[in-house]
Amino acid sequence: MYGNFDYLGSKAIKLTFQQSSLGLRLFFLVALSITLMTLDHRFHHVDQLRASLSIIIYPIRYIVNMPADMGDWASQAFMSRKSLQAENIDLKTKNRLLKAELQKFNYVKTENLHLRALLKSSKKFDSRVLIAELLSVDLDPYKRQVVINKGSNNDVYPGQPIVDAQGVMGLVTHVSLFTSSALLITDPNHSLPIQLLRNGMRAIASGTGAANRIELENIPNNSDIKVGDKFVSSGLGCVFPTGYPAGHIIEINTDPSLPFAHVIAEPAAALDRSREVLLVWPSDERQTNTSNPCQQIKEVKP
Amino acid sequence: MNSYQRRGGSIIILSFIIAFMLLMIPLPNWAQLLRPEWVAMVVIYWSMALPNRVGIGASWFAGLIVDVIRDSLLGQHALALAIVSFLTIRLHQRIRVYPPGQQAITIFLVMIINFLIILWIRGIMGQAPDVWQVLLPALTTAILWPGVFMVMRFLRRQFHVT
Repeated sequence: MYGNFDYLGSKAIKLTFQQSSLGLRLFFLVALSITLMTLDHRFHHVDQLRASLSIIIYPIRYIVNMPADMGDWASQAFMSRKSLQAENIDLKTKNRLLKAELQKFNYVKTENLHLRALLKSSKKFDSRVLIAELLSVDLDPYKRQVVINKGSNNDVYPGQPIVDAQGVMGLVTHVSLFTSSALLITDPNHSLPIQLLRNGMRAIASGTGAANRIELENIPNNSDIKVGDKFVSSGLGCVFPTGYPAGHIIEINTDPSLPFAHVIAEPAAALDRSREVLLVWPSDERQTNTSNPCQQIKEVKP
Repeated sequence: MNSYQRRGGSIIILSFIIAFMLLMIPLPNWAQLLRPEWVAMVVIYWSMALPNRVGIGASWFAGLIVDVIRDSLLGQHALALAIVSFLTIRLHQRIRVYPPGQQAITIFLVMIINFLIILWIRGIMGQAPDVWQVLLPALTTAILWPGVFMVMRFLRRQFHVT
């Protein structure tokens, strides 16, 4: 009898204890979350934790990506002979044209190197590239991000630029062992230093959050800019290599009551259509006597 | 407590894995904004049905995984899901006996709290999206809740998860 009462009493005590400790545990978890968020936002101390958790979710990502992969495989496996032949001929023609252009390019490149040597200015070697594939998984719906199937085991690093066949796509934000996520140039938090091809005017292109729209910031109303102007990455800011096509201007609204013109551009890269992207390792070997500002920035960065 | 036999842990883990997969399945742009919070639904179900099994700690960890999957600030979904789990555990004896429609309304309110926390964190970060857009998933989550509830209850009874 007494034992039974005892049991009920202990259970009641246990339950009240649990009730009160629930609030305590919540308080502890809230404090932990806030600490984590602060560390993540300000100091990037928890990148290692994120990378390890990414490895746990890699199999889930792989499974989710599988239908898309199988679709690709099926469309290749069941291609008819005729369409393959047509594609082959098309690719051969393109290859010939590209090779012809490359001959000129090689000549211009050597000439450029000679001229740079004469001017005693820094000499740039070719940057290394690696092809990566986009995983078809969704991320935050309010951000413009993608996941690629190359990670730290392929020497990918945070802040690395990615491009596609047409132009600049964005930069890598977080890296784990097998995958990394990248911010596209259309994300509102992304800005890209650019230069107009026609007159060399420099500007900053920021994302708008809308697909396929970026805007040029702080362009004075009277500046020499036209619809259709093409621009390339300027290489200032030391993240993107110089000279990759970034986009072209599609709309300019000059309102005299506003301090700056509202300039809208379309990115050159096929941001929502590319399945394959190129990871670029900008070349660091430069023959220069003066100190390289980009090198200093890299050394300061963790 | 000791008299409880803990069974079916694999079913709980599996339900979370399926929720994670549904979270990252690619959708067209317009549907992305309507994507229901699958992980939150699973958290709410287990916190309600087995509060001594899936508590706020497990929910917090599930939220951390969501943060990694969505590549958002590490801790924001964790914080929101811990609070969702806390509210559900506090209300679990009442929610359990509600009819499905009333349950869905309660879930809607809990989800609004969830999204307000996330909106608040994003606001501090300076990347606040449109408020009404953020609340749309709360609506789809509430609409889908009765169906998810049925499936989860079936799974729990079928595999005797205690």
